[in-house]
Amino acid sequence: MTEDLVLPAPRDTDVPAGEPLLEVSGLTKHFPVKGGFPIRRTIGAVQAVDGIDLTVHVGESFGLVGESGCGKSTTGRLITRLLEPTAGKISYRGQDITHAGRKDLAPIRSEIQMIFQDPYSSLNPRQTVGKIISGPMEINGINPEGGREKRVRELLEIVGLNPEHYNRFPHEFSGGQRQRIGVARALALEPKLIVADEPVSALDVSIQAQVVNLLQEVQRELGIAFLFIAHDLAVVRHFSHRVAVMYLGKIIEVGDRASIYARPRHPYTHALLSAVPEVNLSEAEDAGPRERIRLAGDVPSPIAPPSGCRFRTRCWKAQDKCATEEPPLVQLSGNHEGHLTACHFPEEPSTEAREEDIVLDPALAALEEDVVDEG
Amino acid sequence: MTTVTKEAGAPVPADAGAFLSVRDLHVSFKTEDGVVKAVDGLSFDLERGRTLGIVGESGSGKSVTNLTILGLHNPQFTTVEGEILLEGQELTTARESQLERLRGNKVAMIFQDPLTALSPYYTVGRQIAEPFMKHTGASKKAAWARAVEMLGKVGIPNPKERASDYPHQFSGGMRQRAMIAMALVCDPDLLIADEPTTALDVTVQAQILDLLKDLQQEFGSAIIFITHDLGVIADMADDIMVMYAGGAVERGTTAEVLRSPQHPYTWGLLNSMPRLDSDLSAPLAPIPGTPPSLLNPPSGCRFHPRCTFQDRVDGNRCVTERPLLAPDRASACHLTAEQKHTIFVEEIRPRLG
Repeated sequence: MTEDLVLPAPRDTDVPAGEPLLEVSGLTKHFPVKGGFPIRRTIGAVQAVDGIDLTVHVGESFGLVGESGCGKSTTGRLITRLLEPTAGKISYRGQDITHAGRKDLAPIRSEIQMIFQDPYSSLNPRQTVGKIISGPMEINGINPEGGREKRVRELLEIVGLNPEHYNRFPHEFSGGQRQRIGVARALALEPKLIVADEPVSALDVSIQAQVVNLLQEVQRELGIAFLFIAHDLAVVRHFSHRVAVMYLGKIIEVGDRASIYARPRHPYTHALLSAVPEVNLSEAEDAGPRERIRLAGDVPSPIAPPSGCRFRTRCWKAQDKCATEEPPLVQLSGNHEGHLTACHFPEEPSTEAREEDIVLDPALAALEEDVVDEG
Repeated sequence: MTTVTKEAGAPVPADAGAFLSVRDLHVSFKTEDGVVKAVDGLSFDLERGRTLGIVGESGSGKSVTNLTILGLHNPQFTTVEGEILLEGQELTTARESQLERLRGNKVAMIFQDPLTALSPYYTVGRQIAEPFMKHTGASKKAAWARAVEMLGKVGIPNPKERASDYPHQFSGGMRQRAMIAMALVCDPDLLIADEPTTALDVTVQAQILDLLKDLQQEFGSAIIFITHDLGVIADMADDIMVMYAGGAVERGTTAEVLRSPQHPYTWGLLNSMPRLDSDLSAPLAPIPGTPPSLLNPPSGCRFHPRCTFQDRVDGNRCVTERPLLAPDRASACHLTAEQKHTIFVEEIRPRLG
């Protein structure tokens, strides 16, 4: 479908591959909570993102995983400057863009593009596909050789759509095809960084794989860096070179894909990985059974997050130190290069089954005890 | 079985076969654009205490089938043909009053989105107590006590106090637990769970799935578990039925369907799904094309426009003749059994890593 990508490489590639493209430090976003009577005033803040550091290198795909409410989407929107950061610094190719104004941002906006989760609400139903995809070029006054229409037709072909669809409207397409239109629009300006916020989670399994493959081809062939935000650990593993795990507004573990998935150290990463339901395809499993960890309850409110380590309220290893002292994100002994973990009492780097399952959920524990007693 | 005395909806014939038996079910909706054949010739059986997993993409008819079992379709626009037998009682032609006695009592349902399935106007405790009062004739006080007991069982902390809370005061995972409590309050023989964990986070999903499994052991209900996630189904189900475009394309035990699948659509699903242990050097192998419109489904085999193995069937039977699904372990495909085996072992299995 998209065998031959004909798109030219991003413009002026003066930053060589492997160099940092986007650097974020101490990035924070607090949404004010208003209340009170008769005068409404700020009575608190949703600490959506609270001091995160991350670096995306040229041509790299960086995965951001976490459960709902952990701040991963907010992070994406802060980086594209759709939201104004409360604190911290975002620099793109060495240029500080944290609070850059409209004028300063204009040239950078074309280099950082976004793909949204919902292919239904992210396309204007009153515009044709041609208009949607050429929109970014129009705004930026770009006139490619042979005209914008020719370029749009090229882009449609790259994302696996028929160039004849130029004059159709979004409602004539299925979800997967709409997401392809979104990808074509993101590619229109030959960006260097694409922030993809849950780009496949609204799609059916068979269609999901089509879009993941398309993004992967785009990423490899065109050398575009990706910030890939998703909650599906298997999809992120498939797509990302490096992965960061977020919990309640903080990055709790970051590292190379292999390191995070095979040798996780943070208890939350262990819990997340063990919770993924997996198809066991062969009877004789080579890798051995995986560990079983069942947490209790839900993620606490980001309005009043726990003190110290934010995961401590659901952690089986928590001690007094975890409540008083926030663990720094550092490279622990035994971790691979670049694998950072924020934990005072890290777990063993293995996901194999333990002697005893960790079941923190009281109802589960009670039911399972009954079964053991009866048996 | 833990079933106690319960008023029977109808006399149970002595020769009742399976506990639930669906025979050649057709469900179609009249819409502005034409007739949508949502379910087209579906048959399956379910035994007591077993879990049947129904897997399929959106629009495959998996939810419609189960709404029809409970009679929750709008009769004004829906045509239902075929038979649904619950312990020998025919449900498609049953009167509303008969169905009312079944719902929430013998057959209960857990919906995908607990926030829309719970009423925002009543307390959680009252919503759980209500079906219990209606079906067992218990007093208000006894029903409330039962609701508190059920909330405790599904792992709501402080069930006594939380029973008087409203659904909006519960988190997503707790709401789904409350839904499970409501479904199990009358000790149903059949529990239909329609994507019960799709709206939940992965760590909460793992809790809820394990909870359902443990509760099934205690209550002994049969479960129909509907999902689009093969990983979830592998975890939950004893038997699997794969649905595509309104019909079942493959059926068997969980081990059979996942370890030696026979239908090209099942192969496609397995191949297109990224796993935590899959090979990263190879790209995913998606199923080409998109699911068909049920307004005008393809002729012959519904899957043939997307099937890459069509040319291995003699003639153009795939286009002209609809393959049938035999009972028990079977797949609805014109490939011979030998071909299915060879293709899976030689071409599909290696790609799964």
